Amino acid sequence: MSVLQAMALPAMPQRQPQPTKEFLNTPEKQGTPRAPWMAVRAPPPPAGTRWGLGGTCVNVGCIPKKLMHQAALLGGAIRDAGRYGWEVAQPARHDWSKMAEAIQNHVRSLNWGHRVQLQERKVKYLNVKARFIDKHTVLGVSKDKKETLLSADHIVIATGGRPRYPTLIQGASEYGITSDDIFWLKESPGKTLVVGASYVALECAGFLTGLGLDTTIMIRSIPLRGFDQQMASLVTDHMASHGTRILRGCTPSRVARLPDGRLQVTWEDRTCGKEDSGVFNTVLWAIGRVPETRGLNLEGAGVETNPESQKILVDARDTTSVPHIYAIGDVAEGRPELTPTAIMAGKLLAQRLFGGSSDLMDYSNVPTTVFTPLEYGCVGLSEEEAVARHGQEQIEVYHAYYKPLEFTVAEQDASQCYIKMVCLRQPPQPVLGLHFLGPNAGEVTQGFALGIKCGASYEQVIRTVGIHPTCAEEMVKLRISKRSGLDPTVTGC
Amino acid sequence: MPTSSPPGRRARVLSPGTSRPSSEAREELRRRLLELIEGNRVMIFSKSYCPHSARVKELFSSLGVDYNILELDQVDDGANVQEMLSEITNQKTVPNIFVNKVHMGGCDRTFQAHQSGLLQKILQEESAYEYDLIVIGGGSGGLSCAKEAAILGRKVMVLDFVVPSPRGTSWGLGGTCVNVGCIPKKLMHQAALLGQALRDSRKFGWEYSQQVKHNWETMTEAIQNHIGSLNWGYRLSLRERGVTYVNSYGEFVEHHTVKATNRKGQETYYTSANFVIATGERPRYLGIPGDKEFCITSDDLFSLPYCPGKTLVVGASYVALECAGFLAGLGLDVTVMVRSILLRGFDQEVAEKVGSYMQQHGVKFLRKFVPVMVQQLEKGSPGKLKVTAKSTEGPETIEGVYNTVLLAIGRDSCTRNIGLEKIGVRINEKNGKIPVNDVEQTNVPYVYAVGDVLEGKPELTPVAIQAGKLLARRLHGASSEKCDYFSIPTTVFTPLEYGCCGLSEEKATELYMKENLEVYHTLFWPLEWTVAGRDNNTCYAKIICNKLDQDRVIGFHVLGPNAGEITQGFAAAMKCGLTKQLLDETIGIHPTCGEPCLRAGPQPSPPRDGLEGPQEASSAKQVQDQGPGEICQKLSI
Repeated sequence: MSVLQAMALPAMPQRQPQPTKEFLNTPEKQGTPRAPWMAVRAPPPPAGTRWGLGGTCVNVGCIPKKLMHQAALLGGAIRDAGRYGWEVAQPARHDWSKMAEAIQNHVRSLNWGHRVQLQERKVKYLNVKARFIDKHTVLGVSKDKKETLLSADHIVIATGGRPRYPTLIQGASEYGITSDDIFWLKESPGKTLVVGASYVALECAGFLTGLGLDTTIMIRSIPLRGFDQQMASLVTDHMASHGTRILRGCTPSRVARLPDGRLQVTWEDRTCGKEDSGVFNTVLWAIGRVPETRGLNLEGAGVETNPESQKILVDARDTTSVPHIYAIGDVAEGRPELTPTAIMAGKLLAQRLFGGSSDLMDYSNVPTTVFTPLEYGCVGLSEEEAVARHGQEQIEVYHAYYKPLEFTVAEQDASQCYIKMVCLRQPPQPVLGLHFLGPNAGEVTQGFALGIKCGASYEQVIRTVGIHPTCAEEMVKLRISKRSGLDPTVTGC
Repeated sequence: MPTSSPPGRRARVLSPGTSRPSSEAREELRRRLLELIEGNRVMIFSKSYCPHSARVKELFSSLGVDYNILELDQVDDGANVQEMLSEITNQKTVPNIFVNKVHMGGCDRTFQAHQSGLLQKILQEESAYEYDLIVIGGGSGGLSCAKEAAILGRKVMVLDFVVPSPRGTSWGLGGTCVNVGCIPKKLMHQAALLGQALRDSRKFGWEYSQQVKHNWETMTEAIQNHIGSLNWGYRLSLRERGVTYVNSYGEFVEHHTVKATNRKGQETYYTSANFVIATGERPRYLGIPGDKEFCITSDDLFSLPYCPGKTLVVGASYVALECAGFLAGLGLDVTVMVRSILLRGFDQEVAEKVGSYMQQHGVKFLRKFVPVMVQQLEKGSPGKLKVTAKSTEGPETIEGVYNTVLLAIGRDSCTRNIGLEKIGVRINEKNGKIPVNDVEQTNVPYVYAVGDVLEGKPELTPVAIQAGKLLARRLHGASSEKCDYFSIPTTVFTPLEYGCCGLSEEKATELYMKENLEVYHTLFWPLEWTVAGRDNNTCYAKIICNKLDQDRVIGFHVLGPNAGEITQGFAAAMKCGLTKQLLDETIGIHPTCGEPCLRAGPQPSPPRDGLEGPQEASSAKQVQDQGPGEICQKLSI
């Protein structure tokens, strides 16, 4: 039968062939190469943080980060509440430990939920670290060093990625933490330096600031590489105006621990070539992620990787260089590193393997949202990418600066609330990309992603009647093109 | 600059210095030429030295007709003007003459028209009216129509007058939405949501004073200040576009003529070629003893100078439920008295869920009762009122004492006191609504109507705005596009928001029959609610597909936080022909509430692996598989 990855199996419709209940996890039965299920557990990061079943999203990704983002938003809500008539003594104080405990409890309940789901679907779950012995055999090693030999007709690699630590910076791994650790801290990280400009870096710096911590973010070159750069700079403008200190063009050179336990970070300001330093309680590295492929002995199985990215090379059917071995999720080369794409890819793979389906995953127009203090949702092409593919002359960009109704009474600044729709210029002006910066961007973007899937044109979008008063209605009210040079500020309703 | 040649007045077209216009400049030139053509009874494009032009000017002078001239040889950009005129009229030569917007041609054709009497006839036509368009009613629909018509170069007037409510409340320009509708209600809803946020925030680690009270006056003042700025913004935007705004009550007195009565009772008469009725609706009263004296409506609530206290809301419209919802959210004791069903016209399964969520959060419901009498027990701000109600099913009567009674039993069109009978505009005598054809035209050809006064059309601000704007464009030849009244999305801002687009399950069943429908649905648990410890089997999404039409999505319903934000994009997708297959193929955004909406499962719901993802795997999915209530046990460690 099969060896499948955790995310893929729960998605298998029950009418399809069930994995066998038989499994082998004792040395005596090593000769029988059949096992329905295997989970690969990653080693703990330098800081020693560990977690349960469910992978990055549940434990050290989407779930805890959105909950901490929510905690930060609620801090804003407490401030707004005063303007709306609630008599709350300001400022309110935030208790990190209480928040962290609540979030960690929720994550543990999800871990448990996954365990139960696997059980219900008769998927055997082994809490072992696995590596290939040959094309068909995997060796699992448990915490107490017990070894299990497993074998299967099909093997899916879905080991994901882990945060990268800088290799040449003294003290980086001894004293720094990553997103693997931040969500599991029991005490407040205090004054924090976040190094990096990925969405992970910006999101973490954003919620730390929102929770009232003195937060600095150090950016070597550009924020949110790969995203629309106009939107990216609005995101960082908003963060800067809401209290996050941003150091641009700087690279850290060393981290040292002071006698009082605090960390002294020295960096080079590459804009002027000068060295500078600061003292922090916590240093968080968010400079990228590396796929978890090194400990798998992929060479032993003949599975090829991209030597540069270390990701596993796959075809459109998620097949690796070995026909019965597959790779999905963040570990596969050229795939978006997003939970919903991994889920859908896993489900489709299972259906192809056992459900008689031939449906392939469509990786175009995948929507996503960055949960920075002002959320940024997007789907389709960035303006830069649209111009690169079609040429400036063939592109029409409609845009608007708008003010969410709720901001008015709260007297909040809406300078960065901005929407942009990138279309082909030729009527009916098919939509190539949508970009939304504002509250609840994820909720707004989801439906429009559907629209793009339906082949929406600008003409169709603007014929859609708005829902009043929402932020999303500004999307269907876009009338000003960048080419017209007119002021895109929305006034009144 | 051209020299004056009386009695003609000079018109200027372009600022100097432009020789080869860009496409924007050309559009600007075209617009300004059309303005001259449409804004002047007689418009002559000529050259100062041209003898034919001189003859035409003499002709109009001899007729005693005022005319406007543009001498192409005396403006800097005459060549471009001549080229544009040739584009507009297909005539390259001067003089080029327009009378009452009609292109007469050159010198010879104008003289021919004079001899045949056509010129005199055209001169008389329409010129009797002071305005091209008078809009009665300065709400969303009326203002958008007026502004668009003005942008297209028309002479436009808006008559707007707010008749004070029985309690004496009145307000500024902008109509229901801005003053006593969408805007203040969403802001009060937001205030109530912030109360919930305050409770949630403790679970997320925030610490602040134990006792938190809400101050009605602070909130209302802030909201009224915002409304004041919007009123002012509307005034300004009318002025900028050259729309005449008159703060008077308009009523028809004879064909093409309205009487405008201001606050002091002064009457003025205005005439116009076309009229748009956009007078909207006002809340209905019960017609029982004490209702107008002691009860308030949504017209009064948003500017009420004191906290309403213990409140009885009468009605089950979205207005009733929204008001009851935010009042309860602000900490008040609220009861809703419902004659029959909640949210008539909306999907009834979702409507009941809206109601039950409110009930779980402290709103009391009195079902199948109607008030018969309201008496004042005590005066004050608020005072004390005794309400007597009787059962709709039997002889039972009940009594209750409240500080405030808010009537939200429906709205009546403002069409019975605007002289429509004087010019023969037909209304539906039952409900006062105005029937129109698909171009918003009434039975009297020059009278149109938009907004809530229309019969059989959705009563929504964005619909009125769209209809008004498109009407103005059609009336003035800028477009032939009609307003599409189908698949209009909307959102009810009850404590748990309800967004929808397309058909309710009842309506879909009626139109397509049950066996031709596939209904997908799911309960879901927003991530933000988990840590906050809020209800796990409450939020809901439902998608109705037509099996006869490739599983096209014909109804979308979502009950949950930010339902409005979620629904908008789904509505756009429905506009683009959304089907179940496309829904299945679209990737979710994790973790959001929009995501589970993509993954609704079949109904009735046998266990199915249609829902995936760590989040749903442990929330919506299990709820769906196992029924409500079990999820907690399932997830507790």
